[in-house]
Amino acid sequence: MIISVASGKGGTGKTLVSTSLALSMENNVQLLDCDVEEPNAHIFIKAEIKNKYPAFIPIPQIDKEKCNFCGKCAEVCVYNAIAVLKQDVLVFKELCHGCGACSFLCPQKAIREINKEIGVVNKGNFKAIEFIEGKLNIGEAMAPPLIRQVKEHINAEKTVIIDAPPGTSCPVIVSITETDFCLLVTEPTPFGLNDLILSVEVMRKLKIPFGVIINRCDLGDEETQKYCTKENIPILMNIPFKKEIAIAYSKGTPLVEAFPEYKNKFMDLLNKIKVIKRSEWEKSIISQ
Amino acid sequence: MKICVTAEGDNLDSTVDPRFGRCQYFIVVDSDTLEFEAIQNPNRETMGGAGIQSSQLIAGKQAKAVLSGNIGPNAFQTLQAAGVEIITGVSGTVKEAIEQYKEGKLESTQGPSVNSKFGMPE
Repeated sequence: MIISVASGKGGTGKTLVSTSLALSMENNVQLLDCDVEEPNAHIFIKAEIKNKYPAFIPIPQIDKEKCNFCGKCAEVCVYNAIAVLKQDVLVFKELCHGCGACSFLCPQKAIREINKEIGVVNKGNFKAIEFIEGKLNIGEAMAPPLIRQVKEHINAEKTVIIDAPPGTSCPVIVSITETDFCLLVTEPTPFGLNDLILSVEVMRKLKIPFGVIINRCDLGDEETQKYCTKENIPILMNIPFKKEIAIAYSKGTPLVEAFPEYKNKFMDLLNKIKVIKRSEWEKSIISQ
Repeated sequence: MKICVTAEGDNLDSTVDPRFGRCQYFIVVDSDTLEFEAIQNPNRETMGGAGIQSSQLIAGKQAKAVLSGNIGPNAFQTLQAAGVEIITGVSGTVKEAIEQYKEGKLESTQGPSVNSKFGMPE
């Protein structure tokens, strides 16, 4: 089973939840840090990195001998990364997503692809956890291709936990796509609720089963809870606002290590997810 | 000679648009006859690469010079490669800009005047 951990608003506790969930499990677990612009799960999962895989995207290189400046490549490039002029072609590498459309569709076969390094995928182990993280190079804007390369390491026979980036844009969509369940971490504040509502729209559009975790649950107001009740969204866990949790976290001590009683709570969480998945599966069987 | 002026409206009395890639209209004017074509900019709300697209459009219209308020790095590079003269810091109406250009009062720009994403709608 693949579980993604996401949130509309940043700083609500995705990494707290994903690392705690991974550390609560005894075996057969993978943790993927897909927040490649600022990965931080490694602060809590102190894995020894055994393998480093440089990540590349293919960038077009134009053979100006073969090119007849027909403009097809610029026309098919949805990212506007190519300019075709009367007697010149310009490639703007920093806009290129490496989709390959230009080289595939060039009528003159005048485009070959060269690799551009955008970051690295690190792989290592910590206790029962197989840990994989992506690190995007500084100044690089293309997170999705690197996230896809992190996700290539998924071993579906294990329980896979994906720490997603915040927000609702492309890097999040790539991270949560093809996951079996998504945990939306939020906080009970107007900002948290606003961004939770955006995330819920994404989940429904992508048809990913999901539930909510309210972090710092005793702060803010009741609106998040009311929203979840009204929308029939399960609140799977509440984590209180406690100075001791913040202190441990700021020292890089995982929640379940500082407060071992949370291990059971996270195992309960996992069971709740399994129950939801099971009932959905049964519903789908009945509807057939 | 054809000159392109970025404009907020579709005629010679329109105000010069301070943005290049995401301007409202391109007014491509024959500097001798003042005959013009107003092109509504299709790249106003594109996610990225507006300057590059707009530059190709202008180069395709055979304009020899572009008059605008500002120009970003990608548009600058593209227009330069296309051999289009670039003039920034232009204001007033399109007609005034063309007159100033014809009188030789405007100087070519030697580099981009703003960073990428300058013209993004807020």
